[in-house]
Amino acid sequence: MNQPKTLDDNAAMVTETLKAETRKFNFFYGDNQALKNVDLPVAERRVTALIGPSGCGKSTLLRSFNRMHDLYPGNRYEGEIRLYPDDVNLVSPEVDPIEIRMRISMVFQKPNPFPKTIFENVAYGLMVRGEKRRSVLEEKVEEALRGAALWEEVKDRLDDLAFNLSGGQQQRLCIARALASDPEIILFDEPTSALDPIATASIEELIAEIKEKVTILIVTHNMQQAARISDYTAFMYLGELVEFGRTDELFVRPRKKQTEDYITGRFG
Amino acid sequence: MAETQGPRLRTIIARNHRWDLIIGTIGLLATTVGVLVLMLLFVDLVIDGWQRLTPDFFLNFPSRRPEEAGILSAWVGSALVMVVTAFTAVPLGVAAAIYLEEYAPKNWITELIEINVTNLAAVPSIIYGLLALGLFVYILGLGHSILTAGLTLGLMILPIVIVATREALRAIPVAIREAAYALGATRWQVVSDHLVPYASGGIYTGVIIGLSRAIGETAPVITIGALTFIAFLPPIPFTGDPPAGPFDWLFSPFTVLPIQMFNWLSRPQTAFHVNAAATGIVIIVATLLMNGIAIWLRSRIRSKLKW
Repeated sequence: MNQPKTLDDNAAMVTETLKAETRKFNFFYGDNQALKNVDLPVAERRVTALIGPSGCGKSTLLRSFNRMHDLYPGNRYEGEIRLYPDDVNLVSPEVDPIEIRMRISMVFQKPNPFPKTIFENVAYGLMVRGEKRRSVLEEKVEEALRGAALWEEVKDRLDDLAFNLSGGQQQRLCIARALASDPEIILFDEPTSALDPIATASIEELIAEIKEKVTILIVTHNMQQAARISDYTAFMYLGELVEFGRTDELFVRPRKKQTEDYITGRFG
Repeated sequence: MAETQGPRLRTIIARNHRWDLIIGTIGLLATTVGVLVLMLLFVDLVIDGWQRLTPDFFLNFPSRRPEEAGILSAWVGSALVMVVTAFTAVPLGVAAAIYLEEYAPKNWITELIEINVTNLAAVPSIIYGLLALGLFVYILGLGHSILTAGLTLGLMILPIVIVATREALRAIPVAIREAAYALGATRWQVVSDHLVPYASGGIYTGVIIGLSRAIGETAPVITIGALTFIAFLPPIPFTGDPPAGPFDWLFSPFTVLPIQMFNWLSRPQTAFHVNAAATGIVIIVATLLMNGIAIWLRSRIRSKLKW
């Protein structure tokens, strides 16, 4: 078993500005420790992919970034997730998870639009902030839908119910919903696992565009996807971050035997 | 080459299918018994009471002469009591369900409350009548009034509303809640913007099912002292002069349909029994109508939801 990397090791891999960083981060579901001493740097306006076999803790780590675990009793964070430039520890009990979720939005595994209209779906993040001015909402909704490459398809039916869209369109709607309130980071939790290859390709294209403006952290089961879209990759196994590096290096010259075994399909 | 095992399998399959047939038949018989008995009762009522269902029957007060007697005071009383019942049960029931489902910490106190709520649904209705007689009539001094009856029946159907609302809330997928929370919504924003609207079909259904049970209740209403013979109507709601005027109808004496029916049944003259049968038809039709509305509302709201 490899020793967990020290903070300096992983952070040193990133020469760019950091948007966030976990330090000696542990997570517990009750008594069960799901994450062990994770040190993960997240570069600003880059795509960082989390890969690893099922149950390795990658989704658990992702959901720590927007404090989703606070919704359920018995969960506990230990260590830090620092968010820059403010340099706050976002898992600290003094930090309101609502503020974190307004700054860090999320796209889920299965498209989960609200059973409301397309417009209401995209505008909801602004509405929880008390934005009521119709003109502002309309402008932001259009901007977000354009950002999610969905505007041309839905501009004439913004008042249609969201579930009338196809699966791929629904997922792009969820991306628009996440984009509308100008988040600093977007978390993607296996966003294409419920989609067909064509819809998957369009989501991947979208992620490449969005990263111009927003930092992206993505969990994926699909190693080719990680290799295609990410700038940095973290390989996780049994709750530990085994290897972190630039994607082009990690997939070509993995430093750890476990990483090599996983990316060459020997297990996982 | 081994010989084909087809014929042997076919014998086994035929034997297995026999049970399908037997269970299917028993099930069909069981269903028919329930439906048939209800149909027979209803047809019997219709045959007995049909001739009395004239407009006059709905517009006349009760009378000593059976052919002149009507159910005006009874149906007006039932309608007004239902209004109070709904206004009692809906806010209390929905708020309790939201608390239990979304806010309550998962501990033994919550569990105790949950068990009690479920058990309340099994308490005989006359017990609610006794409670109301002591609490509303004697301690709070609300009198033998529409208000007392509405509050009593409202409490009685509270468990139905709570259970229906909780089930409707639970049917909303976790993914929808998480989507709302992930955008920075507070618990109340999630409840008011999402959960209650999406659960509204189930809530309406629970309320209407509860009301259709309350409209046929006799025991608790007798216990709190509803009149059996009443030849005047309560004041028309919200027409009197303030401050007390708009609400004076709440304190009016009243009767309700099942009590009117019970009263006529206990008379010796058979002509009154015909009136009772006609009242029975009115109650059953009202109940079926309400259940129909519940089914219609639910399917209408469901058609707008999908996850």
